[in-house]
Amino acid sequence: MTPVVQAKGVVKRYGHVTAIDHSDFELLPGEILAVIGDNGAGKSSIVKAICGATSPDAGEILIEGKQVNFSSPIEAREMGIEIVYQNLALSPALSIADNMFTGRELRKPGFLGKYLRMLDKQAMERFAREKLTELGLMTVQSIKQPVETLSGGQRQGVAVARAAAFATKFIIMDEPTAALGVKESRKVLELIKDVRARGIPIILISHNMPHVFEVADRIHIHRLGKRLCTINPKDYTMSDAVAFMTGAKEPPAQDAA
Amino acid sequence: MTTKPGYEQVLDGSDTQVARFETRHTLLKRVQHILHNNPTFVPVIVLILSLAVFWIIAGGRFFSAFNLSLIMQQVSIIGMLAAAQSLIIITAGIDLSVAAIMILMSVIMGNLAVHMGVPAPIAIIVGCAGGMLAGAMNGLLITKIKLPPFITTLGTWSIFFALNLWLSGAQSIRSQDIDEHAGLLKFFGNAVNIGGARITFGVILMILIFIVLWYMLNKTAWGRHVYAIGDDMEAAEMSGIRTERTLVSVYMLAGLVCAIAGWASIGRVGSISPQSFYEGNLQSITAVVIGGISLFGGRGSIMGALFGALIVGVFQSGLRMAGVDVLWQVFAIGWLIIIAVAIDQWIRRVSA
Repeated sequence: MTPVVQAKGVVKRYGHVTAIDHSDFELLPGEILAVIGDNGAGKSSIVKAICGATSPDAGEILIEGKQVNFSSPIEAREMGIEIVYQNLALSPALSIADNMFTGRELRKPGFLGKYLRMLDKQAMERFAREKLTELGLMTVQSIKQPVETLSGGQRQGVAVARAAAFATKFIIMDEPTAALGVKESRKVLELIKDVRARGIPIILISHNMPHVFEVADRIHIHRLGKRLCTINPKDYTMSDAVAFMTGAKEPPAQDAA
Repeated sequence: MTTKPGYEQVLDGSDTQVARFETRHTLLKRVQHILHNNPTFVPVIVLILSLAVFWIIAGGRFFSAFNLSLIMQQVSIIGMLAAAQSLIIITAGIDLSVAAIMILMSVIMGNLAVHMGVPAPIAIIVGCAGGMLAGAMNGLLITKIKLPPFITTLGTWSIFFALNLWLSGAQSIRSQDIDEHAGLLKFFGNAVNIGGARITFGVILMILIFIVLWYMLNKTAWGRHVYAIGDDMEAAEMSGIRTERTLVSVYMLAGLVCAIAGWASIGRVGSISPQSFYEGNLQSITAVVIGGISLFGGRGSIMGALFGALIVGVFQSGLRMAGVDVLWQVFAIGWLIIIAVAIDQWIRRVSA
């Protein structure tokens, strides 16, 4: 099985700090891969290197077996890679529909769209409503509602729906439940599983062990700038995972990177 | 739902109501909410009220077709500058150089066409290109060197004003000279008379500029991006908007509108004076603010700036006709600005 994403020996230095130290990374088709690690272990850095937010100093990144060299997240996005950021990346005063299509708006067919560059608002609203309904999120009153009038969970839902609607390769989620309450987290976790059920693999960066152990198929443990090991959550307990990522315990040889 | 960890099992029995809402909406709250969704309502209401009040105070002389069309003529140039200013303010920026660009470009058009014998259409095209270049300079300084818009345009205001004095030699170009060499420069001073109203081409141009910019801001992807940038720059960047490119295009478009306003100002004033419209920068900001466009970016309709400019015009004309001293006109405009910003702040505090 060709991994959807594969990173080999990636290095990234910021001055004297080595954020990524010859790290490997692998995301397999159809899986949820959780990335865990202590603060400063470099888990965000490796994910940023994969999506083009930073360019690595050495090593290579392959997407579906082909080497890529993204210079910005926009390029990654054009390849069908979507990112759900911790701080959401939604524009508060714009509507739900506007937000879902930011940067890839649909234009009207014919003269209006081609020469007057008129947006096809109806089509965008219809599509946004469809996607939100598919994910069971149509509890919002109106698709034209500004995002700032939504609750935290609803906003996160819009961000996930946007990613799910446009991702063809995979989705990266950076702490999607960090700012949410118990019930709202639950909703987002269900969303994540829904997205996997559609066959889109997900990279989930999270600090929340119960959430990670609940949804992840494999767990990538990052420590001191590199992959320490990849474990199956069924074979280990949460305390094992915490012990590995903090260095309290060495991972067994067969799982080590 | 089957894989829920133990401690969350109790959730199944939990209250499904997310929040309880007070249904006791006060009238004030409801008004606040409507204004939040329609930021142009305030200036429209103020405009209608001020027309009514001055009609009562100053009488039919004020509310005549002639006087109302005169007000339109008086606000036409500042209105165009306010249109350019709105574009910038919606991105959460500010442009102190709009009037300086306008005058500089009118001087360039005049110098080329009147003194150097360049055909008027070419002089006008050069002036418009110059306006875009001046805007690009503002935009590039702000995006590439990351200077705050306020400081950048404070600097370019002086630079453009100095260039204007240098190119013009601080001399006006007389009306007769323009008529003789390049009548086209005064094109927007022409007018059509309908009833008692005198509608200049400059007024029509101003309205056209507002309609075109409104279309661009509301019906095109570019416009949505302009709002998104003003709303939250970082979020816009992360959702895939090429923010720097869009910002430079906004400043260039504003520069172009200023240059066109420069052309129209020749028709309005009759001559080309390097000293005219010195307060245009601040007057354009006044119109934008009174028009309900938020100085914090991302909110407000460009049509608000048109109403804002008209409100200022109506106040000045009405107070003058009511025999009030000029100083009290200035006083009234000052209060209008403060009240407009206070209302904006109040509207922004609305929560769901």
